[in-house]
Amino acid sequence: MPRAGQPGPDGPHGPGSAGSAGWKAVLTPEEIRRALTRIAHEILERTHGGEGIVLLGIPTRGVYLARRLAARIGEFEGTAAPVGSLDVTMHRDDLRLRPARALQRTQVPPGGVDGKTVVLVDDVLFSGRTIRAALDALNDLGRPRAVQLAVLVDRGHRELPIRADYVGKNLPTAYREKVRVQLAEIDGEDSVLLGEEDQ
Amino acid sequence: MNRHLISAGDLSRDDAVLVLDTAEELASVEGRPIRKLPTLRGMTVVNLFYEDSTRTRTSFEAAAKRLSADVINFSAKGSSVAKGESLKDTALTLEAMGADAVVIRHQASGAPRRLTDWVSGRVINAGDGTHEHPTQALLDAFTIRQRLGATAIRAGATGGQNPGGGPDVRGQGLDGIRVTIVGDILHSRVARSNVLLLSTLGAQVTVVAPPTLMPYAVETWPCRSGYDLDAELRKSDVVMMLRVQQERMSAAYFPTVREYRRRYGLGTGRMALLPEHAIVMHPGPMNRGVEIAAEVADSPRSTIVAQVANGVTVRMAVLYLMLGGATEETS
Repeated sequence: MPRAGQPGPDGPHGPGSAGSAGWKAVLTPEEIRRALTRIAHEILERTHGGEGIVLLGIPTRGVYLARRLAARIGEFEGTAAPVGSLDVTMHRDDLRLRPARALQRTQVPPGGVDGKTVVLVDDVLFSGRTIRAALDALNDLGRPRAVQLAVLVDRGHRELPIRADYVGKNLPTAYREKVRVQLAEIDGEDSVLLGEEDQ
Repeated sequence: MNRHLISAGDLSRDDAVLVLDTAEELASVEGRPIRKLPTLRGMTVVNLFYEDSTRTRTSFEAAAKRLSADVINFSAKGSSVAKGESLKDTALTLEAMGADAVVIRHQASGAPRRLTDWVSGRVINAGDGTHEHPTQALLDAFTIRQRLGATAIRAGATGGQNPGGGPDVRGQGLDGIRVTIVGDILHSRVARSNVLLLSTLGAQVTVVAPPTLMPYAVETWPCRSGYDLDAELRKSDVVMMLRVQQERMSAAYFPTVREYRRRYGLGTGRMALLPEHAIVMHPGPMNRGVEIAAEVADSPRSTIVAQVANGVTVRMAVLYLMLGGATEETS
């Protein structure tokens, strides 16, 4: 899920609708690029050259971030890292708070996740509930050797004991503020915006 | 999604595509070590079957169980219905048991609609009399899209992006696909639901039947109709054979089974008239040797087994979309 809203029911927002008044850019395209490059290096360091890793992005934007990380890891090490996506919708704890939502794609690379080091990738880490759901969803797919978490932005306000292993940027926010990650693949440009949605 | 699923005509194109896309994702659960999702934990689905059925009931039961719902099977035989209990009283009993959804099959057309007045849960029509069978139509549409989706993309329908590569049928309707439904259109709830749903999804539907089994006012349906099967087969992407329903035939609609088979049955000779890519469907149960020859039913063109497998995932999608979200549609 695009994690830009409150924990719990995060309202749908049209991509590209941000960027208007009231939204402040907190990461530029260059900063996003550097952050991802650093995370890719950190993953390689922590996993001894990316041995047995599988990158799983959480839809929507986590999938694109996971692909970018995999591409960088391929550049640095010469061997492409397996990359896939993991939809957590069916495992969310806030399903009953909103009308049923469409499912996103779950794609596990051919090697599966058994015995692998799975790196979950998401755009924003907030309450931690999405990651909890992802851990449950992962449980149904197999038994990884270890699970790590990479996020582009950690905005705080955790509601569960969950911590990211790789963070692009720690962003102190007020609870009512919203963080919106835009990526070139779907939003036309890279940016991280901070603002308050007028409702 | 609507509150209840009574008629395939209640579904908008967007609703129908959402069901098919959801089913597409849920199909991947089949290949996992743990074929179960926690989504409907704590919910109760009642299968209320007044008519015999194996595939629909077990399909709904499997679908509900895969989503972790509790399933109560309630069949008319051997229950208080056999002692003369009315539908309303049965409904009140189910209501008292706290059914979140009631899947009903009934010999009377309109029974599911009536049931919606008496229960607070969702009602899903699993076949009522000669009226409708919407989940069968959904699984047929799913099967057609799965097998012929690439054709629809070629026909110029707007395609969705597929991050994984390969043909992605998600977001697609059935635009331009020519479907011929053959047989007892008059008594067939499968035909009614399919005509409504497939035309909503953009398919061109033709119904073919002996004149005695063609419904009155078929020209008001969103489809064409005809009596000449051979002419229609040559321009069909899908041919759907319907069962000759002996149990609903109170009068002599055709002289002999032999004559029916000769004019409206699908044998190997007739199958050769179909275009190269065309598929043969049958909602089951089949009367081999009557409306469909055994060699046709077992041929690679036949999707009959796939239809049963798809039934579970499509019904999972329906149950998820109707029960998985907030209780009230507008909240």
